[in-house]
Amino acid sequence: MYKKYTAMAVGIVLAAVSFVASAADLKVGFIYVGPIGDHGWTYQHDQGRLAVEKEFGDRIETIYVENIPEGADAERAITRLARQGVGLIFTTSFGFMDPTIKVAKRFPDVKFEHATGYKRSDNVATYSARFYEGRYVNGQIAARMSKSGVVGYIASFPIPEVVRGINAFMLGAQSVNPDFQVKVVWVNSWFDPGKEADAAKVLIDQGADVITQHTDSPAPLQIAQEKGALAFGQASNMFEFAPKAQVSAIVNNWAPYYVDRVRAVMDGTWASQDVWRGMAEGMVEMAPYTNIPDDVAEMARQTQAKIASGEMHVFSGPIKKQDGTMVIGEGEHLDDQTLLGMNWYVEGIDDTLPQ
Amino acid sequence: MSLVEAALVTIVAASTPLLLAAIGELVVERSGVLNLGVEGMMVMGAVAGFAAAYTVGSATLGIVAAVVTGIAMSLLFAFLTQILAANQVATGLALTLFGLGLSGLVGEPFTGLPGVKLERIEIPLLSDLPIVGSAFFAQDVLVYASFILTIATAFVLSRTKTGLVIRAVGINHHSAHALGYKVIAVRCACIAFGGACAGLAGAHLSLAYTTQWIESMTAGRGWIALALVVFATWVPGRVLVGAYLFGAVWIMGLYAQGLGAGIPPQLLSSLPYLATIVALVLISGDRILAKANTPACLGQAFVPDR
Repeated sequence: MYKKYTAMAVGIVLAAVSFVASAADLKVGFIYVGPIGDHGWTYQHDQGRLAVEKEFGDRIETIYVENIPEGADAERAITRLARQGVGLIFTTSFGFMDPTIKVAKRFPDVKFEHATGYKRSDNVATYSARFYEGRYVNGQIAARMSKSGVVGYIASFPIPEVVRGINAFMLGAQSVNPDFQVKVVWVNSWFDPGKEADAAKVLIDQGADVITQHTDSPAPLQIAQEKGALAFGQASNMFEFAPKAQVSAIVNNWAPYYVDRVRAVMDGTWASQDVWRGMAEGMVEMAPYTNIPDDVAEMARQTQAKIASGEMHVFSGPIKKQDGTMVIGEGEHLDDQTLLGMNWYVEGIDDTLPQ
Repeated sequence: MSLVEAALVTIVAASTPLLLAAIGELVVERSGVLNLGVEGMMVMGAVAGFAAAYTVGSATLGIVAAVVTGIAMSLLFAFLTQILAANQVATGLALTLFGLGLSGLVGEPFTGLPGVKLERIEIPLLSDLPIVGSAFFAQDVLVYASFILTIATAFVLSRTKTGLVIRAVGINHHSAHALGYKVIAVRCACIAFGGACAGLAGAHLSLAYTTQWIESMTAGRGWIALALVVFATWVPGRVLVGAYLFGAVWIMGLYAQGLGAGIPPQLLSSLPYLATIVALVLISGDRILAKANTPACLGQAFVPDR
């Protein structure tokens, strides 16, 4: 926050000067849902922003606004960036979807890139990463490593993105141990270290010995380390927070995409599109495997390679829903449309999906 | 450790920062000052506590640093609102924004470092009690501090002259001034106490609750503490009930989910707020008493007429 205010104060003083002196061809704006210091989701997006700065140097200028709540505030923040003459705006959270579309209508000359959403228009593109590919690998590791056969899953909000992650994790785990159990706890927050820690404690108290999370702070890993459990980092490599507990982490690598899109705007080739990239394109990476035996790490690497090469698909049949209905048979895999709207659990998950 | 004991331990951890911050704010508001900067002071306490503990390797020093930082932040507020008679609501909000930003800046180098965990102190005999022993008598010093502060605050406010002066200043600052009490000095002292308590709450977050520093790690707890004070009608005992009820309902919700109770999690995460408000409104139901407790000068600047 202080950055905004310092920037404002400096801005007032230097307004005239910078108005003339601003030689950048393009201003690129970023709207973040959390603080850039979260060492998770927002941190990785900011790494992408830094990569853009590094690539284009003085030819561009980047502006970011952090800690923007999903909702009405987001609309104000996006509007403000658009008014400041920003030519390309990345809105980096699912909940910014409607505000992005709304603001985009009012500023047809500004290009928008919305992460993980599904609404597009002429000047709004969407992009997302197939994080679920990493979660499948995590599931396999968890099933091999868990002694109690129970894994705790800390989830944020029941949106398709998160549900897909839980399902992918479960399918991975079932491929190793069909009787595997996963306990899901929803904390209704993307970032609250205290709440996430509480959830980790509760899950471990209830018998889980491996913890995985779809929330953004490293607090659960630390609790896992304290209590002698294993855990997976989220969005970013969180090894330094829990060197004795982190098995691996799904790392979101946005940098190449951001650089591409900024270049496209500068070249005038930017067009609205929808991309969903995974391990194959390097948008999803796995942090180094630690705290597990070599054979388990080897299995994980092989799965990773198969997913990246396209030899294997995470959601390949047969897949049954929780109630036993068959979704897809042997030899086929779910299409992206189904994945994007996923609002059901696969068989074996012992939780009622909140609707 | 049985599941019930484990649950209690987690509940105490979740409730302590709320209780600490709320007790401090209660004293501030009793003196007629509304400090909305609790969140900012708390997050500064968290970063200062973590940084000092990490640098020196002593959690005790971390607590001291958190308290000092909390007081420093609150004195900034006191200077603006008491000496310069600035608007308290605006100043408090600014203090929160300032604290969140500054803590992110100074805390940057400390993100991701292994912290120093506040040791648990087992009280002989009491810690062996079944069920409650491990939760209430084998905790870190800040948990004990939260109870001691609650009892002390209740005692001082209702049974001592100091408490009477604080309340008088909060109810009618002109009368208190006419009687010769130094309204501004009393309020500054109360604000400093509030800052110290918010600092302690922050220290609990970064040294005991989770042993780490992460930007914005208070995640709105300062605001919950503020609400607790109002719904508890400025009575320390009710603040304690409120803080624990909030913590307990939240943690029980997590357990219920882990057991697969099938209750919608959206409902579960709103329950702490609902339950706390309903319970506090019920126990604070006596309107005449509630009015008597309300500091009549809350939020009003005092400018002495000489």
